[in-house]
Amino acid sequence: MGRGAQAADVFGGNDEVTEAKPIITFENVTKRFGKLAAVDNVSLSIREGEFFALLGPSGCGKTTLLRMLAGFETPTEGRILIDGQDISNVPPNKRPVNMVFQSYAVFPHMTVADNVAYGLKVDRVSKAERDRRVEEALELVQLGGLGQRKPDQLSGGQRQRVALARALVKRPRVLLLDEPLSALDAKLREQMRTELCTLQEKVGITFIMVTHDQDEALALATRCAVMSKGLLQQVAAPNDLYEFPNSRFVADFIGSVNLFEGVLAVDEPSHAVIRSPGLPTDIFLDHGVTGPRGGTVWAAIRPEKIELHKRPDDGEPPNMGDAPKGTNAVAGVIRHEAYLGGVSTYEVEIEGGRRVKVQRPNLTRWDQEDFRLGEAVWIAWHACSPAVLLS
Amino acid sequence: MEQSWKKAKAVFAAALGPPLVWLVVFFVAPMAIVWAYSFGHNVGLTEISFTGTIANYARALEPLYLKIFVKSAWVAALTTALCLVIGFPVALAITFASQKAKTWLLLLVMLPFWTNLLIRTYALIAVLRTEGYVNQGFEWFWNIGAKVAPLGAYQPLELLHNNFAVILGLVYVHLPFMVLPLYSALDRLDKSLLEASLDLGAGHLRTLFRIVVPLALPGIASGILITFIPALGAYLTPDLLGGPDSQMIANVIERQFKRANDWPFGAALSFLLMYLTFIAIAVQALLSKGRKKEGVG
Amino acid sequence: MSKRSPPGPLEYLRRWPIRLWLLAVGVFLYAPLIALMAFSFNDSRRNIVWKGFTLKYYEKAFNNDGLIEAFANSLTIAAVSTLLSVVLGAMVALALWRFRFPGKTVVDGALALPIVVPEICMGVGMLVFFAKVLPWPQGLVWPLNLGAIIIAHVTFSFPFVAVVVRARMASFNRELEEAARDLGAGEFRTIKDVILPHMTPSLVAGALLAFTLSLDDFVITFFTAGPDTVTFPVKVYSMVRFSVTPEVNAASTILIVLTVILTAVALKLQGDPAAAAGAHGGDKA
Repeated sequence: MGRGAQAADVFGGNDEVTEAKPIITFENVTKRFGKLAAVDNVSLSIREGEFFALLGPSGCGKTTLLRMLAGFETPTEGRILIDGQDISNVPPNKRPVNMVFQSYAVFPHMTVADNVAYGLKVDRVSKAERDRRVEEALELVQLGGLGQRKPDQLSGGQRQRVALARALVKRPRVLLLDEPLSALDAKLREQMRTELCTLQEKVGITFIMVTHDQDEALALATRCAVMSKGLLQQVAAPNDLYEFPNSRFVADFIGSVNLFEGVLAVDEPSHAVIRSPGLPTDIFLDHGVTGPRGGTVWAAIRPEKIELHKRPDDGEPPNMGDAPKGTNAVAGVIRHEAYLGGVSTYEVEIEGGRRVKVQRPNLTRWDQEDFRLGEAVWIAWHACSPAVLLS
Repeated sequence: MEQSWKKAKAVFAAALGPPLVWLVVFFVAPMAIVWAYSFGHNVGLTEISFTGTIANYARALEPLYLKIFVKSAWVAALTTALCLVIGFPVALAITFASQKAKTWLLLLVMLPFWTNLLIRTYALIAVLRTEGYVNQGFEWFWNIGAKVAPLGAYQPLELLHNNFAVILGLVYVHLPFMVLPLYSALDRLDKSLLEASLDLGAGHLRTLFRIVVPLALPGIASGILITFIPALGAYLTPDLLGGPDSQMIANVIERQFKRANDWPFGAALSFLLMYLTFIAIAVQALLSKGRKKEGVG
Repeated sequence: MSKRSPPGPLEYLRRWPIRLWLLAVGVFLYAPLIALMAFSFNDSRRNIVWKGFTLKYYEKAFNNDGLIEAFANSLTIAAVSTLLSVVLGAMVALALWRFRFPGKTVVDGALALPIVVPEICMGVGMLVFFAKVLPWPQGLVWPLNLGAIIIAHVTFSFPFVAVVVRARMASFNRELEEAARDLGAGEFRTIKDVILPHMTPSLVAGALLAFTLSLDDFVITFFTAGPDTVTFPVKVYSMVRFSVTPEVNAASTILIVLTVILTAVALKLQGDPAAAAGAHGGDKA
């Protein structure tokens, strides 16, 4: 029962306060391939009008989840509801969802217009209406006038637009996108991100996207589900995922992070202290944790939330203002630096040999010059910066 | 990802049913009957009784027939070896030819392959017979020579109706069988491996034997198999080009069915030939499996 | 001519020993066929020395009723057996590509048998089958009298078609099929709209293969044919056994030309012969 309760917690978390009704509900869905559970007891609601992202490393079950929604896989256990109707046994061609495939799956032997018209033809929509809607859909994805082209005359980005138009022309309740940007080159990907957002606002239907690219998920989605090994790890808005991860997996998977394993030495309603064996200083937090006293916890601090300060030979540690003296500051030496344009990243070796990742914005054109390889520095962070993880 | 047949029984049954029925009725059943015959013996002129005897197999292993089996295998092996030696440089040249040349060369190799076997054999007869083009050519030279030296009348070479003609004919017929799989194996080879070998200082021959041949071994093996099997069961070539002593196993089988009218014995011979074929396939499969396990290729 | 770069390290085709070798192989493969064709125009019964150009052996061949009938039989058998082979081959390829089912390995293996079993063994099987199990009625009207041979040809052709079609289907993007389903098409409609169009080139290739195999076959036909159903190869065989005549040369020339045309059509339809050869060479295994 433990796992079920945990999953229910995740989905019934603080996001539940909303008036929009769920359009899609996964109820304790499990999918096994042989012995392996690709999707393991997932419960999840997706609301009308959301741009929802399923995010996770490859093999985490996100694609299986999407394919179950489209009807290409059937759940081993559990139910999937669309608009409150159990669709577990409805074949894919009868579901009110349409999909944009990873390879786009544009039919190579049909023209662009025929591709887009295909779903309407199958549904026996009259020729006049078909033509009108195809035209409309092509305009929507900015492919107006290219209807008579064959797919092999199109660029990758254009093929993706065909796939989008082909799915949207059927006016589905939900549009499914399987790794929609993975096949595009970097510049085009950037552009398509914006366009997908605009498109979703324009058509106003629910989009569900599968991706392994956290940037893509954070940039596009209104809400994300992070999956790992078939389990739902966290469902939250992008900024919550980044700033308030609920596990080491999520913290590490989204962005870059420094994890300090330790125990809760102090845990008051107003503040808490974590003592980490690898860290010569205590981690002071400006809030209570209500975690297991004496049990293992992890403090997760993002590199950009750690400040670098010069360390003259016998200088005092910097005062972070919100943390008592002797906490949240460690002496170290810069062992590695990488200039990335907008930011620079450093690896600072602290007492005891551990390296801490630090990121610093290059606010002026000279900021890169501030710190040098081998320089003695203080690293310090605010009491509100670490996220405390219990698992 | 294959779909379970239970998910679309109608499509599955419609697709698999007719071909399967055809295969069972018109192939498996006939072969099963032949197999059953091989354990029977003749009763009267057309009746055959299934007695479960192994006398036919025992007879097939008598020295007279055993010799023919061994000879067939030997002829097929020699043919295969010759095809490999002749075909490998051809396949190599095609692989590294320019796209345009490749197209034409492949066409040139494939065209005889598509041409009727009987016509090709017939063409060879015209070349080899005593009044054939080869002998004509030799005679012409001979007669020129005869003008300066007393050579006497030209004695035509007996090129036809002997073992030489059979092997020449088999090589002629089966060469494309060897070249095409060799080519497709070589073509799949990563060219940069060869360049790496040359870059590291190996010569062309060393590159060929240390890099190309080991990597193309699966293709070479399948080329050998594809050539060996039809050569082993060849009927037409030994029949038309061979002499009385160049009979191969297929000719003996044909005689049992069409002339000697000893079907049970012919059936036993057929199945022995089939077993030989299967053994050849099994050996090749085992070899390639072993190689895969070793992680070579 | 003057400024040709020396051959690159991997340009084996531009090295003279290889060129010489290719030339020798080319002569070996083509000289007999070209001689055969050339001498079909030779105005000499003995077929040895060039005596002048003539078409009289073509005339003779065309007036040889037996030869013409055999030729018509061969073409009819090839056409009908090709049609059946393509249908059966495509169906079994589709089933094997698409479905997981118990006994699949057995079906797979059984399908490979007609390809690997020596022709003579299959001929024997057909002889026995049509003698004992399904005696094909004598004296049926044309083309029904060819039924036995057609059955035999389909049996050895359709597994080849299946192999070609399956090789093609291996390159099929499953997402295309799923896309059709996703857009509302049912099982059969998906096959018709998406899978068949992808399969088409291999159906053409398979058809040409089946046609050639049928036209080419001597041994199995020889065992299956009755006295009144003579095919072209069987007819040529009986003529060749007696003597080498310019008439046979003429008939052979026609068939060779037909083969060349068919091959050309195949290549036109299929595009790259390199790819076709690759598929072909691998398939035969």
